[in-house]
Amino acid sequence: MIKHIYLDNAATTPVDEVVLNEMLPFFTDVYANPASQYYLGRQASEAVENARKRVADVLGCAPTEVYFTSSGTEANNWAIRGVAFANKDKGNHIITTKVEHHSVLNVCKQLQKEGFEVTYLDVDSDGQICLKQLKDAIKDTTILVSIMAANNEVGTLYPIKEIGKVIAKANKDAKRSEPSHKIYFHTDAVQAIGAVKICVKECHIDLLSLSAHKINGPKGCGALVVRNGVRVGKLIYGGAQERNKRAGTHNMAGIVGLGKAIELAEANREKNAKDIAKNRDYLIQQIRQHIPYTRLNGCAKERLPNNVSFCFYFIEGEGMLIHMDLLGIYCSTGSACASGSLAASHVLVAMGVPIELAHGSIRFTLSKKTTKEELDITVEKLKGIVEKLRAISPLYTKEARARLNDKC
Amino acid sequence: MYNDKVLKAFTEAKHAGVIENADAVGQVGNASCGDIMKIYMRVEKGVITDAKFQTFGCAAAIASSSVACELVIGKTVEQAKKITNKQVLDVLGSLPAEKIHCSVLAEEAIEEALKAF
Repeated sequence: MIKHIYLDNAATTPVDEVVLNEMLPFFTDVYANPASQYYLGRQASEAVENARKRVADVLGCAPTEVYFTSSGTEANNWAIRGVAFANKDKGNHIITTKVEHHSVLNVCKQLQKEGFEVTYLDVDSDGQICLKQLKDAIKDTTILVSIMAANNEVGTLYPIKEIGKVIAKANKDAKRSEPSHKIYFHTDAVQAIGAVKICVKECHIDLLSLSAHKINGPKGCGALVVRNGVRVGKLIYGGAQERNKRAGTHNMAGIVGLGKAIELAEANREKNAKDIAKNRDYLIQQIRQHIPYTRLNGCAKERLPNNVSFCFYFIEGEGMLIHMDLLGIYCSTGSACASGSLAASHVLVAMGVPIELAHGSIRFTLSKKTTKEELDITVEKLKGIVEKLRAISPLYTKEARARLNDKC
Repeated sequence: MYNDKVLKAFTEAKHAGVIENADAVGQVGNASCGDIMKIYMRVEKGVITDAKFQTFGCAAAIASSSVACELVIGKTVEQAKKITNKQVLDVLGSLPAEKIHCSVLAEEAIEEALKAF
């Protein structure tokens, strides 16, 4: 196999060997349905509960508050639709941001068609929200606030502790005729798990979504944390699995893999985050040093340790991506041309990045295995590709460069 | 996503460049859609003797531009005006459905450049 450089760890990660080894027996040996009462079923059931405890321990909640799903997307769908419909007698207003993952945004858009009102909070040029705007957006009919813990495209971290406080205060201060009316706080933590410490209790989080495959676990398994007492309906109907809240036979190997992956991610979190951030900062510095006319996307400081997102003036992201691919370097772009839709990245547009510049975005997401040598090769190749594409771009004129020079 | 012919046309970008004092220049598309195509032609006695392009856009747009240049070189203005996106697609083998518009852009760029003739 040709040696490649994988810098798309926000898209997915390889399964850790330790994780895989824990998973394997559940395909062929402990294959019983955990709902079955006999010994082999009980063994499977114990493994599910062990994984549940591992997730709960990392997030600071009770194991009974963890529900396994098929993905982060399912967890987001369930959290938002589940809260919306179970609480619509209290209100129909939901607050989210313009930069959420599509598994939050498209659920909210659908709910608008079903009679709910949604406020999409703005972000600044770094992709950060404003807490005052959140406070001002809360009204008597608000039932849910859904704000991600970290942005998948540009890496910006959101102040979930402060957001939790704002919501807790709004709940405390509200003089509601209906005492059971509460604004719930949901966070999509799919990108944040393994990178930042999240304690659901401390952050006043009512619901939290996560996914196994972003943290060296398997694809096809996620979880939703639902704190005790939160009113949430069902998304999937069927049998009585997951305490009658989420039907469907358990994905045994997936759940076991998620449990081990999150345990490992947390155990190594601080060291990994520190090491990866060092490489991240090196890559950012090297790109800035060697390639002119760029824009770093996302907060420079409050940022995922593995995210490097840049826009390159005068050129388009998909072309860069394909050149990189042909050289064995894997990364991603927010360019519309690569996604099949014609709209530029909703995240970059919400940040006020001009549309033609938004088309020229490239995202590198590092892992603990990424080396400095790999990053040096990446920058060297990237530099050549950017020069090549700029040389054939009608936008790369002396006048346009001069305008940017004045600006910078 | 792309076949080898498209990748080759894109990476080689054989006809990329500018013709100084070109006899015909056509620019189509806009940056907010993610595609700008500019085609330059040298026309001598009604025959296109050279063509070059500059393109801001995806791989399909760059490959289509290069093929457009290849197709017009050696043709009379009248022949070149009749070139359609179908011919561009034929040379490239195929493009993904959402990229067909790139070949249309190439047809439009040729048309725009030869408007004055």
